[in-house]
Amino acid sequence: MAGRFDAIAWLRKYGTMLFLALLIVFFTCENQRFISLRNLTNILTEGSIYGIIAVGMTFVIVTAGVDLAAGSLLAFAGMAGAYASRSFGADFSMSWLMALATATTVGAAAGYLQGRAVTLLRIPPFIVTLGGMTIWRGATLILNDGAPISGFDGGFRWWGTGTIVHIPVPVVLFALVAAGGYVVQRYTRYGRHVYAVGGNPEAARLNGLNVAGIVTSVYLIVGVLSGLAGFLQSARLGAAEATAGTGYELRVIASVVIGGASLSGGRGGIGGTIVGALLIGVLTNGLVIMRVSSYWQQVVIGLIIVAAVAFDTFAKSRR
Amino acid sequence: MAGPLLEVRNFHKQFPGVKALNGVHLHVDHGEVHALLGENGAGKSTLLKILSGAQTADQGECLLDGRALDPADTPLQRQRLGLVTIYQEFNLLPFMSVAENLYIGREPTRRGLIDWKQMRADARATLADLGLQVDPEREVRWLSVAQQQMVEIARAMTQSAKLIVMDEPTAALSSREVEVLHGVIRNLKMRGVSVVYVTHRLAEVKQICDSFTVLRDGRFVARDAVSGVEVGDLVRLMVGRDVEFVRRSRHADAGATVLSVKGICADRGPSGRHATALHDVSLEVRAGEVLGFAGLVGAGRTELARILFGADRCDRGVLYLNGRELRPLECPTDAIVAGLALVPEDRKQQGCFLEQSVSRNMTLPGLRQIAFWKFFVDERRERELVDHYSRALGIKMAGPQVNIGTLSGGNQQKVLLARCMALNPKIIIVDEPTRGIDVGAKAEVHQLLCDMAERGVAVIVISSELPEVMALSDRIVVFREGRVNGVVSAQDASEAALMDLMALERPAARQPAMTM
Repeated sequence: MAGRFDAIAWLRKYGTMLFLALLIVFFTCENQRFISLRNLTNILTEGSIYGIIAVGMTFVIVTAGVDLAAGSLLAFAGMAGAYASRSFGADFSMSWLMALATATTVGAAAGYLQGRAVTLLRIPPFIVTLGGMTIWRGATLILNDGAPISGFDGGFRWWGTGTIVHIPVPVVLFALVAAGGYVVQRYTRYGRHVYAVGGNPEAARLNGLNVAGIVTSVYLIVGVLSGLAGFLQSARLGAAEATAGTGYELRVIASVVIGGASLSGGRGGIGGTIVGALLIGVLTNGLVIMRVSSYWQQVVIGLIIVAAVAFDTFAKSRR
Repeated sequence: MAGPLLEVRNFHKQFPGVKALNGVHLHVDHGEVHALLGENGAGKSTLLKILSGAQTADQGECLLDGRALDPADTPLQRQRLGLVTIYQEFNLLPFMSVAENLYIGREPTRRGLIDWKQMRADARATLADLGLQVDPEREVRWLSVAQQQMVEIARAMTQSAKLIVMDEPTAALSSREVEVLHGVIRNLKMRGVSVVYVTHRLAEVKQICDSFTVLRDGRFVARDAVSGVEVGDLVRLMVGRDVEFVRRSRHADAGATVLSVKGICADRGPSGRHATALHDVSLEVRAGEVLGFAGLVGAGRTELARILFGADRCDRGVLYLNGRELRPLECPTDAIVAGLALVPEDRKQQGCFLEQSVSRNMTLPGLRQIAFWKFFVDERRERELVDHYSRALGIKMAGPQVNIGTLSGGNQQKVLLARCMALNPKIIIVDEPTRGIDVGAKAEVHQLLCDMAERGVAVIVISSELPEVMALSDRIVVFREGRVNGVVSAQDASEAALMDLMALERPAARQPAMTM
């Protein structure tokens, strides 16, 4: 058997990438504008914001958890950052620093609380973060009475709209976060521990791992990254809005799952997640350019998520 | 009626790497309670699964009431034929009432709708017939384990069962509840229902069973009537072996005591299937010695091992490590830091990360030693380490990156041993190190354990195979019902003496209890 080309195994490994490539070719044929630099920049910038969260979500899903609160937390942390920068950052030439620090701190604290609720109170992650989803969204509305905060200075806006050697800043940050996530997962003890806890928690405990600590940490990571994404989103749009990031959690989870992670834990990776995030970004954008109605877009994206997982299950059962 | 109710002839079943059944017979008469006995790995579970229709035998036939059963029957079809199995994990719906559970899928109906009145009345009648005091309208999740078991039995009766197979029905019951269960079983017997009774508590065999079959290593050993047989005879049939392991020649002087415990007491915890309470257990193990834990399943061997390793808590007792007094270890992390290592009883559930590579499985707890800057795994050193142990232990695999799930049981076990050895432990505890692995691999695992002792490691071996314990150990601690029933030097120990210690209350141990 060895050496013989196994098409299904190959597809299982590279199928998402192949599909992504086919989509790009297809959309380009349909409309030249798709491949324009401007449009690609657009896809990447939009994709970067939820891609950053998806890196954290990969860690969570590998431990057999899930975070439904990421979209709400993005809004809350973004709003908190904008609020802090408006209130206290005015006399301070770098108001963005105030916003960035606040957003990531709020994200970390919220993520930590969610992680502790999962590990100490033993509430299933689905429930904890379902609660979190409502709580952080409500807290966002409370913070500024439902109104947006805008009027950021140029230094702040640079984080969302500026470029570094022609590359948009959010894309650069996404690349850094993804590279960091990849290195942690692949080359560190911590990364190995996350997979062990997701694969077999009892065996992980008997191997001396601090299972509760590791589970808490992955929610902390996704919290920090949601905070960062919230900051970038405000910088990009020029306003922190209470509705920011609505539905992002589902898009993020879809990216991770299309990327090959298993919701029952132990399997998945940053590489796959990046491809999954790009796939969703390209698909959404391409359908818009083809003037497919936004109603149908949702149907198509849903079908692709189900098909990706169905193929993975099929390929696995065939072994 | 003439002829037996159930007749199993010459069952064979091969699993990858291990022959689970090798010519097994079972013969159950009408209206008798038949004990099915054997240690772990004897093939009882496989036999039950084949009987219930969950698995099929490779070879052999099975007759119920003289009619051959179709091997392709599903569990549901077998139930309709009157062959009902009650597993340790009940098949009840916790959020439904007792009555609904009794008639699930067969609800009495009137004009197409469920006739609740009829169902409750039927349920009440069935329960009363069996002498069970359970409210049919109660939700099952509020019932005790014993009551849930009664519901299972009642459900079997509503399906007009002819033969009820009970897999360790008393493993989780108090002695009072056991009496109630035995009363129900006598009741079943009077109605002509037969029972196959799987148990590790041999005293029960004398109390409730008419006849017994013993399996050992997947083979049929004996079938006889219970009357005139002593518990000691059963133990001999269960653990006696024809094949002797090569006894170790090494008997170097053991070093200083590295680990000892005094007065360990623990209630039945939630751990494991046979969680046994421990009563005042004290023992010590010395560097360079192999200490064997003998005892029947459920005697408390695994429970003590898990407490030593910090995997479970105990209620009372002190642990001394190199003479230093400690509260028993809080968690496995502490144990590993203190130089302990454990190869757990259940390889798949507690040992392996089945979806991960051999390499990752082997290096997980010892990553600290092959890390640079504390945080990063040095993959070159990892490869060297894995290569070293794969060669030293003769692990057969396509390469270190294949999933451990694809390896045979013996090779998986070697990976877990390598994982522990890579930690350079001072004390290693191996629980059933050779269960479910072939003879050649067994000898190799034995050699590895001896080599470790030779290098000054204190080795604790837990095994249900008495010859294995005898061949490996310098001293043997015999457990019985959560107590240490005796410690013997392996040189002086005869198999018969050990079996007596496993089966019978020691007179000396009985004395203080009587004066209390």
